[in-house]
Amino acid sequence: MAITVLAIIRLHNLVAVVMLSGFYSLLAATLFVVLDAVDVAFTEAAVGAGISTILLLGTLALTTQHEKIRALPRFPLVLVAVTGIALIYGTADMPAFGDPDSPIHEHVAPRYIHDSAEEIGLPNIVTSVLASYRGYDTLGEVTVIFTAGIGILTLLGIRRWRSRKPATGQSQGNGTGDAPGGDAT
Amino acid sequence: MDFEIHPGLYNYAVVVMLMMAGLYIVITRGNLVKKIVGLNVFQASVFVLYITMGKIIGGTAPILEDGFKVYSNPLPHVLILTAIVVGVATTALGLALVVRIREAYGTIEEDEIQRQDESR
Amino acid sequence: MTESSVREGGVRSSNMVLRVVCKLLIPFIMLFALYVQFHGDYGPGGGFQAGVIFSAAIILYGLIFGVHNAMRVAPPKVVRVLIAAGVLLYAGTGVASLLLGANFLDYDVLGHEAVEGQHLGILLIEFGVGTTVAAVMTTIYFAFASRQR
Repeated sequence: MAITVLAIIRLHNLVAVVMLSGFYSLLAATLFVVLDAVDVAFTEAAVGAGISTILLLGTLALTTQHEKIRALPRFPLVLVAVTGIALIYGTADMPAFGDPDSPIHEHVAPRYIHDSAEEIGLPNIVTSVLASYRGYDTLGEVTVIFTAGIGILTLLGIRRWRSRKPATGQSQGNGTGDAPGGDAT
Repeated sequence: MDFEIHPGLYNYAVVVMLMMAGLYIVITRGNLVKKIVGLNVFQASVFVLYITMGKIIGGTAPILEDGFKVYSNPLPHVLILTAIVVGVATTALGLALVVRIREAYGTIEEDEIQRQDESR
Repeated sequence: MTESSVREGGVRSSNMVLRVVCKLLIPFIMLFALYVQFHGDYGPGGGFQAGVIFSAAIILYGLIFGVHNAMRVAPPKVVRVLIAAGVLLYAGTGVASLLLGANFLDYDVLGHEAVEGQHLGILLIEFGVGTTVAAVMTTIYFAFASRQR
């Protein structure tokens, strides 16, 4: 993941950057499987590596594919380094990785794990917590997605298909992974 | 100063590194699409932070099954699961704004947009 | 579709594999989305993932066969209604439990016994979540793709 991120920082070709960010999401998804979060890994693989890559490529097709190369100032690097060191210093007080006695495992989680079988009767605890114990949260999040959808409809709108020229359906594929066929025309 | 990094805390160091890489992209790059990619990197590092906190050594995925006693904490999973989908919806909103900026200014480079604003 | 394949001749034939494989895959992607939707109570999965996978099937169709064909499959007007319908189904489940005398989004009263009510409630709201997510993702794709010059 670190190498991918460094490559994202260095590269100026935005198509390559977008592809690498999809790869980064896929790596994150495999990491989530290793960390026992199968539901999250599933979502990350479908959303991060699939949908958001397509959306970024769609944006590139509408805008430009190359970043302007400019001189990089030194100051942000120092700033970021200082922030990073401060944050790592802050983690010294955090519970160790995988420690079953850390505070996060002693609040509501034991109740979810022990009682959800009787109260909800579903094997997948993530679903029980998502839909029942934290139903309000999820309702709010669905509303956020709803609002984002409305916002995009307001900003961009869906244009009806106009048959200006027969190749328009083809130009759709140009920026989004169909490049060899599109270029050959 | 008694500052030393405990070997069990390396996961936080990894998260901080990824987070700072994302922050660096957001600060230094003028290209708006790349800024959004940087935000995504930052966001994914936060996801990793939450999921690593929920992990218990020797635990298994939080799906009830006979024969398992120790499960990872399901709460961070729920929070991050919804955060990922909300994240992609807001990313799409940002990209829509980028497309509109490109249509209004003809560029997606931050300094060129500012120059156009000043000369107006 | 046919006129472009005639016009481009040999170039199209290289995409023949892509088209046939996609036509073959899309029903299975949709079926998998439904499996994830309704089996989410037992294995990994649920409304969020199912919605994304279902919209991925429509997006794949749009990428291969052009966005106007995808719009014929999933008309934007219908999709727009579905965005709101999902949220309404979710909130409506909450209101239903409210009317039956329990707290908002407390599914215990929806069935004859508490566990049964919980199952029904979770199934309903997961379906609402899946509908909204699928519709929003499809709408976002349509909005971006239909702008292409």
